[in-house]
Amino acid sequence: MTDVNLVPLLPATQVLLTALVVLLLDLFYQEGEKGLLAWVSLLGLALCAGETLFLWGSQESAFGDAVMLDNFALFFTQIFLGAAALTILSSVHYIRQAEIHEGEFYALVLFATTGMILMAAAKDLIVFFLALETMSIAVYILTGIWRASGRSSEAAMKYFLMGAFATGFLLYGIALIYGATGSTHLNEISNYLIESPEDWPPYLIGGALLLLVGFAFKVGAVPFHFWVPDVYEGAPTPVTGFMSVAVKAAAFAAWARILMHQLAPLDSDWAFPLWVLAIITMTLGNLLAISQASVKRMLAYSSIAHAGYLLVALVVGEEWGGLPLLFYLLTYAFMAFGAFAVITALAETEQSPEDYRDFSGLGFKHPFLGMAMTLFMLSLAGFPPLAGFAGKFYVFRSAVLSGHLALAIIGVLNSLLSVIYYLRVIVAMYMEEGGAEGKSFRQAPYLYIAIGLAALGTLYLGILPARALEWSRVAFLSLD
Amino acid sequence: MDHPYFPLLVLFAIAGVVVVALLTLAQSIGPKSISPVKADPFESGNPPRGDARIRFSVRFYLVAMLFLIFDLEVVFLYPWAILFRRLGWFGVIEMGIFLALLLIGFIYVWKKGALEWD
Repeated sequence: MTDVNLVPLLPATQVLLTALVVLLLDLFYQEGEKGLLAWVSLLGLALCAGETLFLWGSQESAFGDAVMLDNFALFFTQIFLGAAALTILSSVHYIRQAEIHEGEFYALVLFATTGMILMAAAKDLIVFFLALETMSIAVYILTGIWRASGRSSEAAMKYFLMGAFATGFLLYGIALIYGATGSTHLNEISNYLIESPEDWPPYLIGGALLLLVGFAFKVGAVPFHFWVPDVYEGAPTPVTGFMSVAVKAAAFAAWARILMHQLAPLDSDWAFPLWVLAIITMTLGNLLAISQASVKRMLAYSSIAHAGYLLVALVVGEEWGGLPLLFYLLTYAFMAFGAFAVITALAETEQSPEDYRDFSGLGFKHPFLGMAMTLFMLSLAGFPPLAGFAGKFYVFRSAVLSGHLALAIIGVLNSLLSVIYYLRVIVAMYMEEGGAEGKSFRQAPYLYIAIGLAALGTLYLGILPARALEWSRVAFLSLD
Repeated sequence: MDHPYFPLLVLFAIAGVVVVALLTLAQSIGPKSISPVKADPFESGNPPRGDARIRFSVRFYLVAMLFLIFDLEVVFLYPWAILFRRLGWFGVIEMGIFLALLLIGFIYVWKKGALEWD
């Protein structure tokens, strides 16, 4: 009874405690002296990052194997911590100007991060579900936390309804899998699948497909993507960055552990639907992104397209696709977050900059923002030597090596298509005049630090990817 | 007679008799003064008839949610109390963490003014 191993819970507990401390401190500070809260949050995240480095290589489980601390979980924990820290840095000034409650904002970011950490570590479908809800509920609130903005509330409502719907699919899938295999524990489920092949009840496949639908909802894959543009557009921009990076990474982490790894014996059943999903997600995401008039919406559709590239890695399967999937998520974290952070820098409190016109002349008006945005756009489009190129290269390479030539070709063509809308931003910034002339920029040093860090990450992962690749490899191999 | 659940049957029988007896007694010897208000079905203070689409103050939901949380806290305390000896210090610490988390929520709710009606 008393020999409970709490070490695997250390990172999640650290973040949770930080959130509680921030929430309590918020109560006892007056308006105007709450700048401390951001630093407390960052300190907590930094401590947690230290713990993940210290725990790197461990292979421990807690609560009857329901939570597993392996390199896979630690790798994703580090992505979540980085995303949360960048989000907090970039929103310090934003939330003050938008008059969003500071304590609640930071605490909710930390609560969401706690849920994500547990999602990547969950070895049991019930724990996974609880972690997913912890994350989702916090993110629903974050979407609507800008109460003065009608669009923010609308986005939160849409996100909540669609998210609840997706949750229903996931739960039904979990229930069917439990009914078929008699367990919610992933190891026992995969033991069952290996030991008694060929006499799987039909509803086991149904359960796996429902799980697939639930995951597709959460990552915003076509045809379950309808909420993405509206929610990404309406949410406060730092939250949009957080969603497109961390929430997506968490969903893919759980997807990789549960479907790709543990339910791998079922892959003959879910590989084809996933193949179709990957192709329509890439193509539709890119086609719709071209026709957008608003940069924030364009980035939302581009995030759908990137979910499509990640789906390619999932189709390829764990033998070839594991490393590219993890590496791509890491590179995507920096470039997508950076792009949204630049929009945050432009945003005036009342009206977010939407049009490409708002970017006209930005390159000359504010060289740092212009350079950074150029970097992120080129990286998202997949130009060497930036992170996006390295990420895409390994994904498509894995597709070719494993014999999914059609997927690789469609992926590369899509990547070409995406150049159209990414370059439109750059063209607006450097070849058009007006727009940004009369614009004021946020006086937000921390935001510029966050953008600088994201730009450094984008460059580093593009030029010297070897270490991160090795990291991703070790992380994926630690799955048992 | 020897069935382990026989005492339960007796209990149900006695309960039934008491209920019927009390209702009959009240019906026969109680004073009656019927007014329109008294004749209305009881709806916890709300008007029992009318349009179903009326607006509730949002405060009701807040109070209901807070009530649920602290009500469930007590529900969790019972099984712990029963297993108190077997769980020992481990149980005390676990329950302490649980209560501390709820206490933080309570402080938060209090300080934010959610317990004030106006």
